[in-house]
Order: sequence, then structure tokens, then C-alpha cells
Amino acid sequence: MAVLVIAETDGANLPRGTLATVTAALALDSEVDVLVLDENADAAAAAASGIVGVRSVIKAGGPGLAGGLAENLTPAVVEAAAGYGHLLAPAGTWGKNLMPRVAASMDVQQISDITEVIDAETFVRPIYAGNALATVRSRDPVKIITVRGTAFAVAEAPGGSASVTDGPEVAAHDSARFVSRELSQSDRPELAGARIVISGGRGMGSGENFELLDRLADKLGAAVGASRAAVDAGYVPNDFQVGQTGKVVAPELYIAVGISGAIQHLAGMKDSKVIVAINKDQEAPIFQVADYGLVGDLFKIVPEIVDAL
Amino acid sequence: MKILVAVKRVIDFNVRVRVLPDGSGVETDNVKMSMNPFDEIAVEEAIRLKEAGTAAEVVAVSIGPARCQETIRTALAFGCDRGIHVETDQPPEPLAVAKLLAGVVAVENPSLVILGKQAIDDDSNQTGQMLAALLGWPQGTFASELVIGDGAFDVTREIDGGLETISINAPAVVTTDLRLNEPRYPSLPGIMKAKRKPIEARTPADYGVDVAPRLETVSVAEPPPRPPGRMLDSAAELVHILREEKGIL
Repeated sequence: MAVLVIAETDGANLPRGTLATVTAALALDSEVDVLVLDENADAAAAAASGIVGVRSVIKAGGPGLAGGLAENLTPAVVEAAAGYGHLLAPAGTWGKNLMPRVAASMDVQQISDITEVIDAETFVRPIYAGNALATVRSRDPVKIITVRGTAFAVAEAPGGSASVTDGPEVAAHDSARFVSRELSQSDRPELAGARIVISGGRGMGSGENFELLDRLADKLGAAVGASRAAVDAGYVPNDFQVGQTGKVVAPELYIAVGISGAIQHLAGMKDSKVIVAINKDQEAPIFQVADYGLVGDLFKIVPEIVDAL
Repeated sequence: MKILVAVKRVIDFNVRVRVLPDGSGVETDNVKMSMNPFDEIAVEEAIRLKEAGTAAEVVAVSIGPARCQETIRTALAFGCDRGIHVETDQPPEPLAVAKLLAGVVAVENPSLVILGKQAIDDDSNQTGQMLAALLGWPQGTFASELVIGDGAFDVTREIDGGLETISINAPAVVTTDLRLNEPRYPSLPGIMKAKRKPIEARTPADYGVDVAPRLETVSVAEPPPRPPGRMLDSAAELVHILREEKGIL
């Protein structure tokens, strides 16, 4: 049976997670359709139709798309889902908010955050902050799944030529209203898609000291992240958080600065290709997952790296 | 206003989880168990609303084996007024938990249900959204701020790119993110008082809910280990390796 990808879109931009979700969908079936639920419907549908491997794009319309509220989107997803064997969405905050609401509406037990497709009903997902990998088989007639973006390659786009058809009309209900959105302004790459990520922990000592990491990030074209401890301490906002309860990243290079390496943090970065740890405590657990370690004062070492570049 | 909070008993966040040799699950015998940290945040938020005079009563619910009563006692020690324990042999899956909570809501009629955004054992992040769907209520997930208005709640949500504020009508479901508040430690008088607070015992049959799992766990395995790393002497050596050997820089 065909697979429907519930796409997170941003107008003409296709987030990495959505492209990775298409790859996971193509591992299940060659017939993959994409449902677009974007206020900027035409631009989003045009972008989605360029994803290589997609058969057709279903473009939702209507006043309920504004703000992207799960209360409004859910009935449209349920309507569009008829006839599909699998519904897949990226496991970012957008998909995490929406898909369980869809799943309960369809009396399906969702499978969250899969990292591998074994067969049409069997999937691998991390549990306990990635300290264990569970292989689960679903007995539900329809599988509803969120996909961990870092675990799948991104589908190619543009290059595809999927047809675009008009889909469900999304009504605006008055039980929930969108008020405002404050997105972090940054010229740096997004954490989830960055080739290089530099994260700071409690060892940074203050929010001001993150400037040190900014300088290194600017030189490397890297994104800046943080451990939960640094977020808890108020050094940086929560959207910097890498870990079990924050973002999961798997860049080519991850540099952990002043991060001890709590299990909760490792869950979000241990699949990075090369891990570098800088910490004054040589017993810090971060060194157990690091490919390269430097023991010493980060306030001395980080500027030395900047100078050596 | 009455508030319902849902609390889950999980392996303590400081415990290093071990996979059982037969691959059937993880070691839970003689392992320290605690309230799911995000549920502590949910309890703290409800108690603050009670202390502010906004909430008249806070009821804590837990679903699972007999020892979940300890988790409910912890919630009562925080200051919740009473508990409800729905006993099951195993912790049910999120959909079944949401159905049981919907059953509890039908009896209790709260204006607000607060839950943790995810449990740190199965990391599903589903129950609150599913409960909202089953009740037909609006949802404010991953909340970092909750403002109680007249018949509505303003919820600031942690999203991938920053923050978002929505306004949802009561009754509603809210799930907590980590910056919503910093939970207190239960006081000694709180712990003493908790011993005398009532906990109702219920079963899934009371709510007509089938808790049979929909997912079969085929196996549980350790993730593949990373190869051992190398300690370096200088920043220059690091830059050299990343540039020349790895070709990353």
C-alpha cells in the first residue's frame, strides 16, 4: 500500500527532516505521496513536487492552515489518510505535536522517532535516551510513524516532477488560536542540518562566554548548540538544546566544549561522525564517546583552535 | 478550577540503563525508580496554581503496577490533594494510557490536565496529544510558560526554531517542557501529610479500556559502541588531524 508523508514545510524551503522522511517512506513502498499543510500552499506544494521519488503532492487549502495548529490540521490529515498503509512525518516539534493527535483520532498506537525500517510493519527506535534500541512490530492496520531525520539520508530535491492535486480544506476551529511566533535570529546554519556543530555545557560558566563558541562557529560555518545543563543554567535558550529532550543531531563534526557528557546529552549527538571533546576533567564521560579529546581549560584551548584555523 | 496531573514511574534519570542479555527489555530489578522528570514539572505547575489560588484542587493519576502508588505519594507530598491509581500489570502504551486518562477526566471533570511532554523511558512523546484528541480538547504541548486567563490558557511553546504562543480554550491539555518551572523538593511536613491523603484504586475495566499492546517488542539491543578515542596534546594537533587526516575542515 502507498505511503503518505505528512510534510513539515516552510513555504518554498524543505526542512531536512521532511526530505529524510521521504527516504524512509521510499524504503517502505515505491508509491509515496506527500501531503502539504502550509499557509503558503502553492510555494510549498511546488517545492515538494520537486522531491525525487515522490509520486504526487496533495495540497491542502483553507483558513485553518494559518498558524499550523494541530487542532485544525488533524481532521485534514485523517481525511487525506484514507487508502494509505503508512503515515510518516518528521520527528521535529511540528510532527511530535501533530501526529499523536492524528494517531489517537484513528485509534492507532504511533511509533515515534524511528531510526530504521526493517519491513512494512517492523521498525527500530531508540528508547531510554538511546541507551537501548527497540525493534517493534505494529499490529495496527495503519502504521503512524515519526522519523528521526538524522537516521536517514535526505531525498534529492529539486529534480522530481510529482503531480500536484488539491486536497482537504482545513477549517479554523476557535478552540485554539495562534498568537505569535518568535524565531531565533541567526545567520548560522540550523542545528538539525549543520555539517559542523559546536556545543557548550555548564563549563562555559555564563551566557556571555558562549561568544567564544560563536567565534569558532563563524570560522567553521558551524551551528551552535548546548547541553541541557547550559539551558537549565539560563546561558542559552532551549532551542539550542541537544539531547534526549532537545534536538538530535548527527553532523560530520561535533565539538563538545565544557560538556561532561550526561546520558541525556549523549542521546542527542552520539551518532555524529567525528566527536571532539574539550573538558578540564579527564574523567568526564564525554571522553568515552569522543574520537579526539583535549583535557584542559576551554578558555585557553578554544581561542588556540580559532588561531590555528 | 480543578487540575488533573498524570505522573509516570520510570527508571531514575541518573541510572545507567542496562539491556537484558536475552534482549527482552532492560534491567528493572533493584533499579532506582522515580517520577518522570517532566511529570515533576507538571506537578509543580499545578501546585503553584493552587498556591496562587487559581486551582481549587489538584488530583494526581498514575497508571501501571502496584508500586506506582509510591509515585502518587510523591505527588501528594508535593501538595496534590488526592490520588487515583489505575492498576495494570505492565505500563500500558501511550494510546491506552490516553484512553484511561480520558476515562478519569470523564469522572473528574477537570478544567486542565497537565502532563510531562515525554517519559524518559520509552521517549514516545504522545500521551498528552492523544488525550487531547480523544477528549476533543485543544492542546498546548511543550509549554515553557502557562498563563491562566478567563476561560482560556495562553501557552508559550518550545518549538524547533524558537518559541510560539497560542491561546487555547478551557478545558485543555498542556504538556510541560523543561523551562516551565523548577520543581521543589517535597518538604518533610508534605511527606508526612501525603501518608494520610486518599488514593483511589481503579482498574482499566472501570473505564472499559482494553490495554492490550498494539506494538510487539521483537527485541531490545545495545546500540553499537563507538571505537575508542585518542587524547591529543594541543589545539594545533586537533586542527591538523581534522584538516589533513579527516578532511573535515
